[in-house]
Amino acid sequence: MEPIVSIKNLNKTYKGGFQALKNINLDIYPGEIIALLGPNGAGKTTLISTICGIAQASSGSITVDGKDIQKDFRATRSLIGLVPQELTTDAFETPWVTVSFSRGLFGKAKDPAYIEKVLKDVSLWDKRDNMIRTLSGGMKRRLLIAKALSHEPRILFLDEPSAGVDVELRREMWQLVHKLRESGVTIILTTHYIEEAEEMADRIGVIADGELILVEDKKSLMQKLGKKQLLLELKQPLAVLPEALKEFEIELKDEGYTLVYTFDTQAERTGITTVLDALRQAQINFRDLSTTQSSLEDIFVRLVKKDDGESLVEKPS
Amino acid sequence: MNLHAVNAIYRFEMARTRRTLLQSVVAPVITTSLYFVVFGAAIGSRISQVDGIGYGAFIVPGLIMLSLLTQSISNAAFGIYFPKFTGTIYELLSAPVSMIEVVLGYVGAAATKALVLGLIILGTATFFVDLHIQHPLVMLMFLVLTAISFSLFGFIIGIWADNFEKLQMIPLLVVTPLVFLGGTFYSVSMLSPVWQAVTLFNPVFYLVSGLRWSFYGQSDVSVWISIGIILFFLTACLGAVAWIFKTGYHLRN
Ligand SMILES: Nc1ncnc2c1ncn2[C@@H]1O[C@H](COP(=O)(O)OP(=O)(O)OP(=O)(O)O)[C@@H](O)[C@H]1O
Ligand SMILES: [Mg+2]
Repeated sequence: MEPIVSIKNLNKTYKGGFQALKNINLDIYPGEIIALLGPNGAGKTTLISTICGIAQASSGSITVDGKDIQKDFRATRSLIGLVPQELTTDAFETPWVTVSFSRGLFGKAKDPAYIEKVLKDVSLWDKRDNMIRTLSGGMKRRLLIAKALSHEPRILFLDEPSAGVDVELRREMWQLVHKLRESGVTIILTTHYIEEAEEMADRIGVIADGELILVEDKKSLMQKLGKKQLLLELKQPLAVLPEALKEFEIELKDEGYTLVYTFDTQAERTGITTVLDALRQAQINFRDLSTTQSSLEDIFVRLVKKDDGESLVEKPS
Repeated sequence: MNLHAVNAIYRFEMARTRRTLLQSVVAPVITTSLYFVVFGAAIGSRISQVDGIGYGAFIVPGLIMLSLLTQSISNAAFGIYFPKFTGTIYELLSAPVSMIEVVLGYVGAAATKALVLGLIILGTATFFVDLHIQHPLVMLMFLVLTAISFSLFGFIIGIWADNFEKLQMIPLLVVTPLVFLGGTFYSVSMLSPVWQAVTLFNPVFYLVSGLRWSFYGQSDVSVWISIGIILFFLTACLGAVAWIFKTGYHLRN
């Protein structure tokens, strides 16, 4: 399949000389949802701004739907909708006016019925004639989404869509995003909520210090980097770990009531039977057992930070 | 060309005026009326005629020019500066538009507003003085060309300005003095030779003079020079905008 967005050897150095993006290569495919994760200042917004035409690349190339974003900016930009990270709105306009304005700006003929649909989709229909400055933060965020959707884009960039949006509305927004994807829209979002990436994305990209350090299918990422843990609830608490179990990666928790065995799902042998055998031989009885899998959050923290808190990525000194 | 975008920007800007009707229309009309009352009545009672024209009527073209220039500049400058200030410029930068659509939309709206205001002031003037406009088409041409040129000029200021002070500096410190010293309230023939010579370096003088010719068929300098000056200014502003367009000056990171 041809990528809908293709980024090759992209570098971005801001005027002050700060290099915010370092040799980014990324292909995004039609219809997928890709989540970009990364700490503050990693370069997520810069990457999005460069694709959308707000910032200029220092070197490298970007194509959208096979067309160069500079030479063919009219064609490429009309395919893209952008929801910026900052809540920038015209305080003295109404949602209706500003969303209609966006549609015209992106070269589409008037279509009041469509604007109505978009405003209803983001639950702002009853606020359509109120002044924007009287809307709450979460409503403004949704208004920006409506503006981005006003011209029926095929690619939607959501830069931290759920910052300042309450839990219920976040769920609604996720539903909206899924609905958009079903209609064929490609979605690129950045987020600090790992939960959000886990819930929505097909693929995860991790950016740190301007570098794209990883892009993976969410499922395989979680399998590959995910560790599983076997939890054994004991009948009698243990004061110390018996010698026989010391050769395994086992910890004692809950004041000795729980044994936690961590194993690698990708390894040839999980070692579970061996551990259980060892337990039986040491005559340790357990009441219950369960397994847990590490979340994307654990993976992310492990990727971006080493144990001592240092960044995994070498910083140029 | 993305005509929908031009239309969207134009309408958006025009709508902004409707909302701020008091500030954008009523205020200039009151100011102009004050000029008529103060200058027309107070000074006019002493100077009954300038170049054979009643004093009240004599100052009409200059007053229209004053509003036209300041309104063109401030409308256009504010129109493009405001999105930069609030951050909504992101949308303009990510839209499938080039500087051409942006200029047509913002400058077109600013020029329209200034022009309408100029005509309103002309209408207001008829309450104070008797007016017979000898060359109405030439008058209209002057108003239109001036509105467009100075809206372009204002647009450039709005792009260049990165704070409110810069935004208001040029209209306040440059344009208003030039209009006052450009023969709005007097004929240059009333000045000493030295000041007459200085006045010739004031571009606004030619605009006021040209507009006055269209009203009364007489002026300080030939109307052709006035037309030449306004066309030159228009070309210069178009050139500057084209240059901004090329360099993306001050807009894209
Ligand atoms: N206009 C600018 N001029 C100079 N440096 C900038 C500019 N915009 C961003 N930067 C720098 O580029 C780096 C990346 O910023 P960016 O906004 O892309 O980060 P981010 O990943 O979106 O962070 P966050 O999660 O906080 O939104 C930061 O160090 C920032 O200071
Ligand atoms: Mg950001």
